[in-house]
Amino acid sequence: MSIHYPTLIIILGCALVTVVPRIVPFLVVRNIALPEPVLKWLSYIPICILTALVVENFIIQANDSVKINWPVIIVVIPTLLIALKTKSLSITVISGVGMMALLRFFLWS
Amino acid sequence: MIAEKAVQQREKVDLTFRQGAKDCIPTLLGYISIGLAAGIVGVSSHLSIMEVTLLSALVYAGAAQFIICALMVANSSISAIILTTFIVNLRHFLLSATIAPEFTKYSLLKNVGIGALLTDESFGVSSSKIAKGEPINDRWMNGLNITAYVSWIIACTTGAIFGHMLSNPEAFGFDFALTAMFLALLVLQIESVLPSKLNHYLRLILYMAIIMIVLSFFVPSHVAVLISTIIVATIGVVTDK
Repeated sequence: MSIHYPTLIIILGCALVTVVPRIVPFLVVRNIALPEPVLKWLSYIPICILTALVVENFIIQANDSVKINWPVIIVVIPTLLIALKTKSLSITVISGVGMMALLRFFLWS
Repeated sequence: MIAEKAVQQREKVDLTFRQGAKDCIPTLLGYISIGLAAGIVGVSSHLSIMEVTLLSALVYAGAAQFIICALMVANSSISAIILTTFIVNLRHFLLSATIAPEFTKYSLLKNVGIGALLTDESFGVSSSKIAKGEPINDRWMNGLNITAYVSWIIACTTGAIFGHMLSNPEAFGFDFALTAMFLALLVLQIESVLPSKLNHYLRLILYMAIIMIVLSFFVPSHVAVLISTIIVATIGVVTDK
């Protein structure tokens, strides 16, 4: 039950850099309109970054090698099908976690 | 005049803080399951319960919290963790830029408050309300945001307390919660794409996957996330007809 000094610095620093992009558009939007190409570029960011954050888990980086994370790839496929079928964040998350737990329990334990 | 009064009357009925809180409920299951996972991952990354609570209250971003924990375990430098968090959370800029025009008539302080608590989910709920042509106001938005915020802090702290009692949280598959959430958010994003643009977007997703994997051989994966996102978003603009 304590807060370490380096951890506190990390939390405060991360809080600052998170809150600034959240607030800035609210402060400037009344005065400045972003140029069209910038808006278009920004509109591709969500899909790109979400793909990256999924694909990131397909690989395990060790010191001098890159390995495929097979359990993740195996579970991602049915999880994707559930996401497409249900369009529900919570059902996808719960069933994904459940399938990963089952896979680990039966095969990777 | 009468019509105006009727609109005001309806706003009073429909757009209260309480209604905002109610409209948050469908997203709560998502918040709670990810928050529990974030709390468990936090303590398994050697954070104390109080540090998890502080992290969830001040950073308040699921993806970033997982990444902060992962980088701390990997002994990354403080500056690298903060820079990565900045980049991971930069997408909020786009969400805020989309929602902000609805609130220009309110005070600066209210705008700061609404912006500070904007998340993927509260963005989703409010932007779909706007898309349906329904009005939104400050009280409704605060009800939505604050309900989500309080639930998130409680879920993360509960997860941290629970995580202390588990010897091996990975065995329960909670580490997969974030991957599943990103996958679901990606599917929901693609859902909202116009059919004529669908192929364009699917091609970009394929480019992302290829560039991510190739870059992973040369740079840390969180750097690969950034570089590939910048490259592919640019390809997206250039190849857009």
